Amino acid sequence: MNTYLLEFYVVGLGVIMLLWEAFASPKNKSALALIGAAGLTIILGLLIAGSYCPACKEVPSWMSRFYTTNGHAIFFKGFALVSSILVLLMSYDFRSILNKFTSNNNSDIHTGEFFTLPVFACAGLMWMASATDLVSIFVSLELVTITFYVMVAYMRRNVGSLEAGVKYLILGALSTGFLVYGIAWLYGAVGTTDLSKMAMIMNNSGTGDYVVHQYTLLFGLALIILALGFKVGAVPMQLWIPDVYQGAPNPITAYLSIASKAAGFGVAIVILHPFLSTEIASSNVALILTVMAVATLIYGNLSALAQTNFKRLLAYSSIAHAGFLLLALAVSDYHTVKFYLATYLVMNFAGFFILNLIRVQDGSDEIDAFDGLSKRNPRLAIALTIAMAAMAGVPLTAGFMGKFFVIKAVIESSLSWPILAVVFLAAASGFYYYFKIIRAIYWHKPAKEEALVVPFFSKIIITALTIAIIVIGIYPKVIECIIR
Amino acid sequence: MLTLALILIPLLAAAAIFVLGSAGARKIAIGAAVANIAIAVAAISTSCSGFTLNVLENPNMNLALDLHANGGISVILLILSVIVTLAAVLSGTCPKGHEGLWYGSIMMISAGAIGAFIAKDLFFFFAFHELALIPTFLMIGMLGRGERKEVAWKITIYLAFGSIILLAGILMIATQLGTFDMTELKPLALYQNEVALLLIIGFGTLVSLFPFHSWAAPAYASAPAPVSMLHAGVLKKFGIYGLIVVAYKVAPDGMAHWLPLLLILLLFNIIWVGLVTINQRRLDTMLGNSSVMHMGYIFLAIAALVDNGSSFAMQAAVLLMFAHGISIAMSFCLADRIESKTGTLEINQLGGLAKNTPSLAFLFGLVGMASIGLPGLANFAGEIMVFFSGFEDWSHADGFGPLQIATMIAIWGVVISAVYMLRAFRNIFQGETVRRTEEVTPLSFNEKIPAIILGLVLLVVGIYPNTILHFFN
Repeated sequence: MNTYLLEFYVVGLGVIMLLWEAFASPKNKSALALIGAAGLTIILGLLIAGSYCPACKEVPSWMSRFYTTNGHAIFFKGFALVSSILVLLMSYDFRSILNKFTSNNNSDIHTGEFFTLPVFACAGLMWMASATDLVSIFVSLELVTITFYVMVAYMRRNVGSLEAGVKYLILGALSTGFLVYGIAWLYGAVGTTDLSKMAMIMNNSGTGDYVVHQYTLLFGLALIILALGFKVGAVPMQLWIPDVYQGAPNPITAYLSIASKAAGFGVAIVILHPFLSTEIASSNVALILTVMAVATLIYGNLSALAQTNFKRLLAYSSIAHAGFLLLALAVSDYHTVKFYLATYLVMNFAGFFILNLIRVQDGSDEIDAFDGLSKRNPRLAIALTIAMAAMAGVPLTAGFMGKFFVIKAVIESSLSWPILAVVFLAAASGFYYYFKIIRAIYWHKPAKEEALVVPFFSKIIITALTIAIIVIGIYPKVIECIIR
Repeated sequence: MLTLALILIPLLAAAAIFVLGSAGARKIAIGAAVANIAIAVAAISTSCSGFTLNVLENPNMNLALDLHANGGISVILLILSVIVTLAAVLSGTCPKGHEGLWYGSIMMISAGAIGAFIAKDLFFFFAFHELALIPTFLMIGMLGRGERKEVAWKITIYLAFGSIILLAGILMIATQLGTFDMTELKPLALYQNEVALLLIIGFGTLVSLFPFHSWAAPAYASAPAPVSMLHAGVLKKFGIYGLIVVAYKVAPDGMAHWLPLLLILLLFNIIWVGLVTINQRRLDTMLGNSSVMHMGYIFLAIAALVDNGSSFAMQAAVLLMFAHGISIAMSFCLADRIESKTGTLEINQLGGLAKNTPSLAFLFGLVGMASIGLPGLANFAGEIMVFFSGFEDWSHADGFGPLQIATMIAIWGVVISAVYMLRAFRNIFQGETVRRTEEVTPLSFNEKIPAIILGLVLLVVGIYPNTILHFFN
């Protein structure tokens, strides 16, 4: 079983699902979500099995310039698969809202593609993880982004979803423009799009045939960093995040904020690694990243303070998390980036699954809708408490370990004191807005009295994620083993 | 392994209570508290009770628990924790239908406090304390009295602020020393002043050092009795413990640098907050403020330790921590009884309570005397050692230094506490009965038992302080 074939299997799975949806006209279209999740789970199994056999990781020569299956790629492929599976299962529990906004009579007739698109996006995310050339990075990135344009605007009878779709389309196209333009400049400066050769060329600049124009190079890099900043939601490219996150269907918001962001950071590591490790660009790149990180931390955390809508709060919190991640990237601590992303996946999905439940049953994603959750469903309340505590970074939860590593990396890299102060202020303000949710759960009177019913898949996944948050918080070696 | 059991028993009890709900919650909690006392005795008497689990290789981080790593302090605070836990489980009146939250939270707080005191790893030392804070917030917010939501929010913000500052300090220590192992702490080569300031503010906020103290009195006043007992009695001691076993070890020069500041702040704690305490009209806020005030004496012991390296200042601080922990827990326990019997804690609305409930009057009198510092009760032994430690190795030729002057001013705190405590006692228990106290019934045995346990400890330690101090040898 060769690892490089996995993406093709994923695309194949998507195509089969589409054909089945079109020609066999299944009675219950949401079954597609379960089929997709099951198929991706098998592929995840193949990926894990493949990661233990060195022979499976070989890449045929016709692909090897564009594609790699090193540990970095395997980690981000696994990340894409896990988040796609969770998104499909979340979509399954989200189907009633989806039906409501896609057809006249609450039927599921128009929802088939919705359950297929994440599979294609997953293939794009996996290719992104493996890409080693600016061209293959660009192509796989576009596969993901275009799929997302459709998914964000899928609920076409919902104005919010349409608005989100248009905003995402226009700004996404703009950032694509930045990316292509930046790649062109970079190619002009270095003479190749192959990232593995760039480090060598830059280190030998001035000797023999190699001439690198520093300012050309930096201009191209700045454009690329901006485009990547759009993907991960970093200041100054963060403006789309709140509206798009709020308008998009819930599972897609989760997908955007977790898988898409993680893939953005995966690509950022691949692209920026050669530049962060060579003299000619490293200090400038690190400076740009640090400035962006600090601005992102401040913007995300301060804006989150005043939010009253849980989904919007999660949007700002995802900007805030991007700030921490960027800081780890700026000090070239890739290990911490991956660790943080893994914890981010666990706690954010827990939050989104619970939000999804409330949205489906109460029709609201305001923080008010969580009032008195402890009375309506005490166990769900405990799960959400743990998830929010983890997001805030309470010790002995997964979220703390992520922030802890970032802070440690910042201290060790001897960045200046004000930066450290901003990090601590950001972490402290996190306590305020995440605890607002906990306050609503326990201290406020419920608006509705009826108990919340948790569907089967959500119940299993929320339980598993909650346990994972605690286990990672106490015994972070679990994640360390996965990353290695 | 015994040390692991000390944490696991309350945690498992809390989990069992959350799963099973209200049925049997009280029995499980009492069982766990008693079992923990037995295990604490066993763990203290054997020398090989440690536990280590490596949770992270780079940086090297261990879930390491050891009673003897920090001298005798851990042992003494462990004893304090298990005794107050038992008393807290037996105290207070749980509102109907909330047994799960009530007893589960008590167990979680207890587990966090014990974990923080016996952890040998800086990270878990910090993390266990945080673990205990979350149930504290929830209990105050959900089952507290008065303006519970505002108060809970305030304490959340204050303590989260303190914890973050503290975390910054701890990380600076860990990155410089390259280890989280508390037995390997040694004076830092760089940034001692900065680390010391972060730790003084961080730990200080958690111990309600002036001017970061304003969360304490309202929080204790509105928290349910067991939470006040556990937080004021046990959990708050975490900050002092941290200053002694971490700050003094890694930044002795830094602490000395900030000594003048510390002296001024602790005098504010004693005199300023003491005057505020005199002005309180309610018994619960008075007790809350008095607890803030008494922290000043313990800071004074730390100041003596930093200033003249006093040979017994550490013992003094720990003994006073122990005595204060027991006495404040007992005070809150009895205040809760007064409220449940009379329906109010407004001192002016009470009077003559001793006629109907002599045992309550006796017990409250006992703990009141203890907190003033009457000889024969535990607090006296602690306070007198603190005051003496300020003058150790001092001779007339030296003249009065800042520490000696601070000590002399601090002694006036005893007068202040005598004023408010005796006045409260007279107003509540003596004189004619008033409307509120006419119908009051005497304390039943069940209501007495937690106070009796704590009172006996105060007496035993007061008469023979070596029961506690011998753990230092």
